[in-house]
Amino acid sequence: MNSRQLIIAVVLLFVASLGMGFYAWHMRKNAKANASATYAASVTPPASGPTEQATLFVADDSAGSLRTQQATISLPEDRQERAEELIRALLNTYLEKNSPHIIAPGSDVREVFLVDPGVAVIDMNSVFADNHRSGILVEDLTVASLVETLAQNLPGIQRVKILVNGKERDTLAGHADLSIFYDVSSINQMMSQMAASQ
Amino acid sequence: MIVSSPKNFLVRVSAALVLLVSLSAAGSPEEKQISVYSTVANYSLPVLQQNGHDYVGFFEVIDPLGKVNLKIDGNHWNIRYNDVECDFKKGSETARLQGQNVHLGSNFVLQNNHGFVPVNSLSALLPKLLGGPVTVNEAARRVFIGNVGIHFTAQIRNTALVMDFTSGVNPSISTEPGKLKLIFAHEPVEAPSTPTLTFSSQQIASATFSENNGAVEIAIAGSVPLFASFSNNGKTITIQAAPQQQVSNKRTATQSPASNNAQVLPFAPQSAPRYFAIIDAAHGGTETGATLGNQLFEKDVTLAIARHLRDELMVRNVSVMLVRDGDDLLTTDQRASAANQQHPAIYICIHASTEGRGVRVYTALMASGGTNQGPFLDWQTAQSPFLSSSQQAAATIAAELQKSHVSARQLTAALRPLNNILAAAVGVEVAPPTSSPDGLASPAYQQFIAGAIANGITDLRYQPGAAQ
Repeated sequence: MNSRQLIIAVVLLFVASLGMGFYAWHMRKNAKANASATYAASVTPPASGPTEQATLFVADDSAGSLRTQQATISLPEDRQERAEELIRALLNTYLEKNSPHIIAPGSDVREVFLVDPGVAVIDMNSVFADNHRSGILVEDLTVASLVETLAQNLPGIQRVKILVNGKERDTLAGHADLSIFYDVSSINQMMSQMAASQ
Repeated sequence: MIVSSPKNFLVRVSAALVLLVSLSAAGSPEEKQISVYSTVANYSLPVLQQNGHDYVGFFEVIDPLGKVNLKIDGNHWNIRYNDVECDFKKGSETARLQGQNVHLGSNFVLQNNHGFVPVNSLSALLPKLLGGPVTVNEAARRVFIGNVGIHFTAQIRNTALVMDFTSGVNPSISTEPGKLKLIFAHEPVEAPSTPTLTFSSQQIASATFSENNGAVEIAIAGSVPLFASFSNNGKTITIQAAPQQQVSNKRTATQSPASNNAQVLPFAPQSAPRYFAIIDAAHGGTETGATLGNQLFEKDVTLAIARHLRDELMVRNVSVMLVRDGDDLLTTDQRASAANQQHPAIYICIHASTEGRGVRVYTALMASGGTNQGPFLDWQTAQSPFLSSSQQAAATIAAELQKSHVSARQLTAALRPLNNILAAAVGVEVAPPTSSPDGLASPAYQQFIAGAIANGITDLRYQPGAAQ
């Protein structure tokens, strides 16, 4: 190998090492981004099993109303478990990057109880309520999206009660009344008004 | 005869009957009682009067505190608490406690197998029997077992008297002209360093501590009707002027005597004038509402807008009252009561938010609630008969805002106390004019919005069927 060939080899090796360094930096950056996205996405692993189409009623802060969004999610056979997965899918939408309605990371549903014909009780965790943004509209959007998502995907639900950490709470974050049972028909009217007054 | 603690129900019932019969025979106008405070339980027991002395059933005093066994043999009465034994003899002034004589001060009374000791002997008997410090306040008939006392401080903050207790308390409250009384029947509240605390406040002059018949009374003297609110898990009691009085310097209403045993002071509806509009600045005190910016809380913005709205309405010759005109903590029930007592034509609660733009005008989202029982309205749905008036009022206010080129939406919300109001009721949520939340703090913007809302309220006076 003459000196010219030696120089070319050294240059090629230098370029290759630069390229590998850049690739490693790029991969590390992606790994960090994925890690934070994973944390924000969900605190509970999704249910396994066959997937189904569901309609989520997603709050949109910029429009000040709800919009529907189709989602493919694993829904168990048990009606109560289906209700929990529906709420969890809705919360995951809010926890995504560029969410139209931000809620606190770690927000989750603890359980959904289907009692009496037509009554659902959603038990949310305290992270969800304690860190919820405060305001009439922003709280009403959250409540309405929970009630509608449940009612429209589980036929027969007429009234919904929201608990926090297993207990009744006066308001979600200072405004939306959580001491009452929400009539699905009333929430439908609320949605219509929101849509009409945009 | 042996009576063990778990099987003493009949013993206690018959002891109570004996005491009742004795008290009836004595014709006592007020039932005397003694209160016992401990880490296990706080309880009150009836006091029996015998030969001019106060007596209490000894078994009843110590039974709630631990394992108690009782042996009765003729005139001898033997009681064992854990491993400590005490012997009494009917008619004797001396008891034997762990082999030592204890002087009772007067005779031991045995009636139907129930033993009674003089109240003033408890300070000698209980420390030895229980094996710990016991403080007996004979004059007030209060017994503190161990270090269980609750202490408190009282000071004026802004215009309110704030009382901070070392543990949660739940006194009953009664009022009389010029006074609000907190009565602690079962809490070991201890006396402050001086019985009467005086304050340099125009509305609240003093708080006087007194203890009698097993209870504590703290009487707060005020120049205006007062009411109490609780916070911090019952550790804080805030005494302040009733909301009605906060605006009373703008009128000359006379106060009717307040009724006794009221949790919240009534608002003297018979003598109060009727207001066309009641304005309620949401949140207040420690309940700050939303944080709208750096050191900017919703409670402050709502109060500022409420005051602007009051001024705008007064200029338009509309009679108006603020539910709060200071940094006061009020529950939604208190707000609803304050409004309902005045029988206004319209109630407006003011909120503020950084979400969105312009103003949102709400009427109540009615929950499915109970039914009215005769003259008693279901509290959750009290607004129902007024809902159409409320919707008409909301539409009129929204229209006036839009006339002023303010983006306005008419919506419904489950927002207390709208559903408890017995009049047309709307909630107004004011958002900033631009993407910056700073606009909410601008007095010019606040006044502009208040002016537009005032126009809407003024219009209601001329609309048939609306806000009547």
